[in-house]
Amino acid sequence: MATTSSTTAQPGTVSGTAVARRQMSDGAIIRLFVMPTIILLIVMNLFPLIYSLFLSFTDYSVISGTAPVWVGLDNYTSILSDERFWKYFGITGQYAIISVALQTLVGFGLAMLLRTKFKGSPLITTLILVPMMLSPIVVAVFWRLIFNPSYGILNPLLGFTDINTAPEWLGEPTLALWAVIIVDVWMWSPFVMLLVLAGLSAIPDYLYEAAAIDRASAWFQFRRITLPQVMPLLLIAVLFRTIEAFKQFDLVNGLTGGGPGDATKTISIRLYELAFQDFDTGKASALAYIVLVVIIAVSNLYIRALNKAREG
Amino acid sequence: MLKKALFLVLALVAVLALGISTAAAQDITELNIWWAEWDPANYLQQIGNDYAAETGITVNIVQTPWGSYYDRVTTEWAAQGTAFDMVVGDSQWLGQAVTEGHYLDLTEFLTTPADNGVSIADTVTPATLQYYGEYPSGSGSYYAYPTEGDANGWAYRRDLFEDPEEMAAFEAAYGYPLAVPQTWDELRDIAEFFNRPDDGLYGIGVYTQIDYDGITMGFQNPLFSFGADWKDAENNVLGVVNSPEAVAALELYRELYSFAPPGTNNAFFAEMNDEFINGRAAMIMNYFAFFPALDNASINPYRDVTGYFSMPAGPTGERFAALGGQGISVNAYIDDARKQASLDFIEWFATEEVQARWGALGGYTCNINVLQSEAFLNLTPYNAAFAETMTFVKDFWNIPEFGSLLEVAQRYLHAYVVGGEGTAQDALDNMAAEMDEVLAEAGYFD
Repeated sequence: MATTSSTTAQPGTVSGTAVARRQMSDGAIIRLFVMPTIILLIVMNLFPLIYSLFLSFTDYSVISGTAPVWVGLDNYTSILSDERFWKYFGITGQYAIISVALQTLVGFGLAMLLRTKFKGSPLITTLILVPMMLSPIVVAVFWRLIFNPSYGILNPLLGFTDINTAPEWLGEPTLALWAVIIVDVWMWSPFVMLLVLAGLSAIPDYLYEAAAIDRASAWFQFRRITLPQVMPLLLIAVLFRTIEAFKQFDLVNGLTGGGPGDATKTISIRLYELAFQDFDTGKASALAYIVLVVIIAVSNLYIRALNKAREG
Repeated sequence: MLKKALFLVLALVAVLALGISTAAAQDITELNIWWAEWDPANYLQQIGNDYAAETGITVNIVQTPWGSYYDRVTTEWAAQGTAFDMVVGDSQWLGQAVTEGHYLDLTEFLTTPADNGVSIADTVTPATLQYYGEYPSGSGSYYAYPTEGDANGWAYRRDLFEDPEEMAAFEAAYGYPLAVPQTWDELRDIAEFFNRPDDGLYGIGVYTQIDYDGITMGFQNPLFSFGADWKDAENNVLGVVNSPEAVAALELYRELYSFAPPGTNNAFFAEMNDEFINGRAAMIMNYFAFFPALDNASINPYRDVTGYFSMPAGPTGERFAALGGQGISVNAYIDDARKQASLDFIEWFATEEVQARWGALGGYTCNINVLQSEAFLNLTPYNAAFAETMTFVKDFWNIPEFGSLLEVAQRYLHAYVVGGEGTAQDALDNMAAEMDEVLAEAGYFD
């Protein structure tokens, strides 16, 4: 490679540097290109990861100006024995399961509807994708307006025309989490739809033709052809959405701030409070690692299912 | 001979040191002050421009949106950075900033009398010096000069309050004349009276924001006025935060929220003004710093019929208002020349002449003489209420653990007031227990 590139240089313009470059081995060039990435990864990812792991075993506040004090497993014990953290994990899990399940259903349904091309379908597909391109904070702000019981459009659309009896979506503990889920489903179902559409378009027509010749029912075709063929991409969509749901912060913070009380306080909101309001950096690092372990465990389950789907 | 030589050397060193120091101070050509992004920061920039015209030292007011202001400042603290020379910080930050060494000790600077025998500390109201500058409370150690005095007050619709038919109907219903409320019970009655959902009018707007400190600040007003507090003199919270007076104050606050416009379940200063401007609230609670918007006819259609009043009294006649506002502090990490230049600026800013100009621009001065001057009191329709309020302000915790204590308060207050969960007694019992844990863990009861 190096020799080839040097032969294209104009005669008489070959400098000392060019000669040196000509003498560089392929390995050296590879290292030259790869090294910045590795350095960047070490500085931006690996070091913070290892350092925060160390901090998770210390009593430390990043703004205190004092050195971290080793406390062993105290932070982890404190978190895992605090029932509030379990409550927030529960809220996060409830939110993730319901939200991802609904996104899967809605996304799959939309993909099936848009599978058949019709006049205007590219435009409709593009419009459906718009929500996932918006900033979560922007989405939160305008959904707050939509949910507003005084002038929001949701309650009248649902038939609640009397302000005095209309539900206050973001102000009632039993409704607030559902309000966040509704917004999340609205925003991210198009993502599931997009991946499922990609999977649907890759299914060969002859499979359906053969099934039709065998007089297979539509349900049979869906169950034995469509679903298995789409399953790998669907699982990838579900995996991505589950990871994101477990990390959910901006949408919840923008919509409810974790309220009423702590009815919608996800674990990420609590993590933010610990890290940037209490400045308990040690405990916040420990909580971040607990969340990381949970996400890795859940991801592993999905990846196993994904591998099974591929093998099947 | 040797003594003479030694004396000469010492004198030379002293002259050189003084020269270097003076030269360094003279080298300062600009000062950077960090503050949140809002109108008072723009007024301070104008004050800074005056300072530049007088001294040649440019003053830059670097503004950050409120939502990220604390994060930005604490990030700079963490880095022990010198991006700002002075910071106009919230009163609640004081304990954290002092104990962690981010603020320069201004005690001597503020309390040393000038040639006229008056120190800078003597020029401001005692309450503002205490809450914006002193840490620990009662120690006589100061770390900030009270800059933007602020507290909660009320704006109300005079056209409703002074309508003869409304006045007659109110008196018939409650047995006393409709007027600016003198007590929290009267305020509650007026809120109930004007609460007319069918007409799109609601009785009152109160803070309910959960994201930062909104609902806690709002609740503090009745809490203090009912004779309750966040702590006693020994920092005990059990039996204090959940005292019968505190329970009564919380029950009242929740009742007030029941007369508030629907949808104000996470409402703070912006939402309060919005509800008022849109004609949906007969009266609203807000910081005085946000009242200039209501005095602007292009923003507030009710501007000509908008009145203002200070906090009503509790059952025992005590009156308190939740403190807002900020004091200006000097960054402990800048070099000595910049520290001196910063102190020079504060000394100039604290003069009565500049404070009068600060007040005239729209800044909320804490200078005693300016606050009492006719010019200031008549400058805006809310200045008289502001000047009165600044004599009975009170604040939340300002110890380094205030963030943890605030999170506990926000969670339980919001769950009870907005979420309607449990009773006021339960909410405050649980709040007291958790606050006690935070304080015990931090070593306050050793």
